[in-house]
Parts: sequence; structure tokens; C-alpha cells
Amino acid sequence: MFDLTGRKALVTGATGGLGGAIARTLHAQGASVAISGTRAEALEALAAEFGERVVIAPCNLSDKDSVEALVPTAEEKLGGLDILVNNAGITRDNLFIRLKDEDWDSVLAVNLTAAFRLSRAAVKSMMRRRYGRIVAIGSVVGTMGNPGQGNYAAAKAGLIGMSKALAAEVASRNITVNVVAPGFIESPMTQALNDKQREGILSDVPMGRLGEGADVAAAVAFLASTEAGYVTGQTLHVNGGMAMI
Amino acid sequence: MSDVAERVKKIVVEHLGVEADKVVDGANFIEDLGADSLDTVELVMAFEEEFGVEIPDDAAETIVTVGDAVKFLSSKSA
Repeated sequence: MFDLTGRKALVTGATGGLGGAIARTLHAQGASVAISGTRAEALEALAAEFGERVVIAPCNLSDKDSVEALVPTAEEKLGGLDILVNNAGITRDNLFIRLKDEDWDSVLAVNLTAAFRLSRAAVKSMMRRRYGRIVAIGSVVGTMGNPGQGNYAAAKAGLIGMSKALAAEVASRNITVNVVAPGFIESPMTQALNDKQREGILSDVPMGRLGEGADVAAAVAFLASTEAGYVTGQTLHVNGGMAMI
Repeated sequence: MSDVAERVKKIVVEHLGVEADKVVDGANFIEDLGADSLDTVELVMAFEEEFGVEIPDDAAETIVTVGDAVKFLSSKSA
């Protein structure tokens, strides 16, 4: 089950904690993976870890031309593209009343507009081959909101609406489009929390622990698999039960 | 029948799975040949590939019948 042997996948933000976990899981399931990110050294380290079935595709997602070039580059290097994981994301948190236009714009550009452009490019060849899996990494915040993250929540909610619209358009071509929405995941950001903050968060999580990157990656691997072919336009929440929606 | 018309009709038959005798110049992709809007986009992509030309969006919108496609592609590949 969920074997990805022979599949070709592109993962954006692969140098981040979550993106790295997703790339590792897809690779472990047998896929050839194009890893994308802005930090060349980190990409090379990850590629060295994989050894084979990996290509590097650096990209600055806030740059339009760089985004437009990414899918064609990945397709060329991999010899096609079956799976697109729009994982890359940034935060520019601030109280709404203090949220600057540029912080709104940059978060929307990277977290939503880049996902739109990459999906638009990927779906073109997926339509030809009558097969495709597009997965966007959303957030529980896109559904629940979060103080200080008006821009981030808007972008993550936007991914859900966008994915549903695209899912409806391309379902007849055997292409599925879904969102995986993580809750609180172990990361440099959550590791910086003090014990009291951590306790506060955990009291909201029935599972009693923060999520691991691998928890999210497993959900992505499922949606990226052939077996998930009848699941489309959905948001799969991976949050230890903190929000049951 | 010109070479262009033949190639266009072959693509339409293959893509839409319709019988060749229905693919006449006056046949409207959507109304007569059962295409949906995504099919028409795919047809344009297939024409681009077959003829090695780029069909801009505003031109693609004017291609609604088999004859429209033949006319446009004949002018491009002449």
C-alpha cells in the first residue's frame, strides 16, 4: 500500500523541518524527488542523504520568474511530474492592527500565490498524462484563526478554497488536489517555547504531545498515493485532536 | 482535404473519442462533439504540440469549431 515507486515528486520548502520530513517519506516510499528551497547547502545535504532518486531545484518562491521556472525544471530533471507538494511557507506575525502591507503581501505571495502558479504549471502536464496528485500544506490556523497571524491564516484558508476549485476542475483527468493541515508540530519554533507555554499548548491537544514531521508526512504520502485516487478536494487535519473539524 | 485538416481531425477524434464522420468543419467542439471546457483547453494544447506553435489565449477563445482550428493552424503553419 502507498507504494510510490516510479512516481516523480516535487516538494517545495524541502529544507525546512516539515518539508524535509515530507521529502524523506516520499523518497522512502520509492518516489524520485525534486527538492526545492532557497538554501543551496541544505538542499545538497539532503540530496546527499538520499543518495539516489533525488534532484535539486533551488527556487525563490517570492520571485515570479523563479516560480514559473520551477515546475518545468523539475519535470525536465525528473522526466515528468506526478506529485506536487506545495509545502513552503513563511510567517510574518504581528497583531492585525500592526500588520504591515508588505508582511501581508509577502506571506500571501509565498504561501498562496506561489502554490497557485506551481499548481497551474503542474496540472498542465498532469492533464496530458491523466494522472496527478497535488497536496498543499495548510494549517489548523486556516480553519480556526490565530491571533497575530491574520496574513498566515488568510493564506492557509486560501489554499483550501483554491484546492477545492482546482479539484473540481481536474477530477475527470484523474488528478486529485488536497490539503494537509497540521496543528502544532515539533520544530525550531515550538522548541523555543518555554515549559509553561508548552504546557498551555499541550492542554489543548488530546493526544498529549506535539506532532512530528513524520506524522504530517505520512498524511501527505497517503494523499500522494494511487490508493487515495477517490479522495479529492479534502482537508486532512493532522493535529492530535486539538481541533476536530 | 488538406494535410492540416487531416491532422486536426485526427487529434479531435483521438481526444474526444468521437466518430471521424462527425468531425466536420462546422462541428462545434462543445455543442456538437460533447467537449467540456477543459477538453477545449486540452485540444488547444494538443494542437500546439502537433503543430509546434503557440496559440495565445485570445486566439484560443476564437477556436470553437473544427473549421476554426484548421483555419487558424493553416495560417500559422503556412
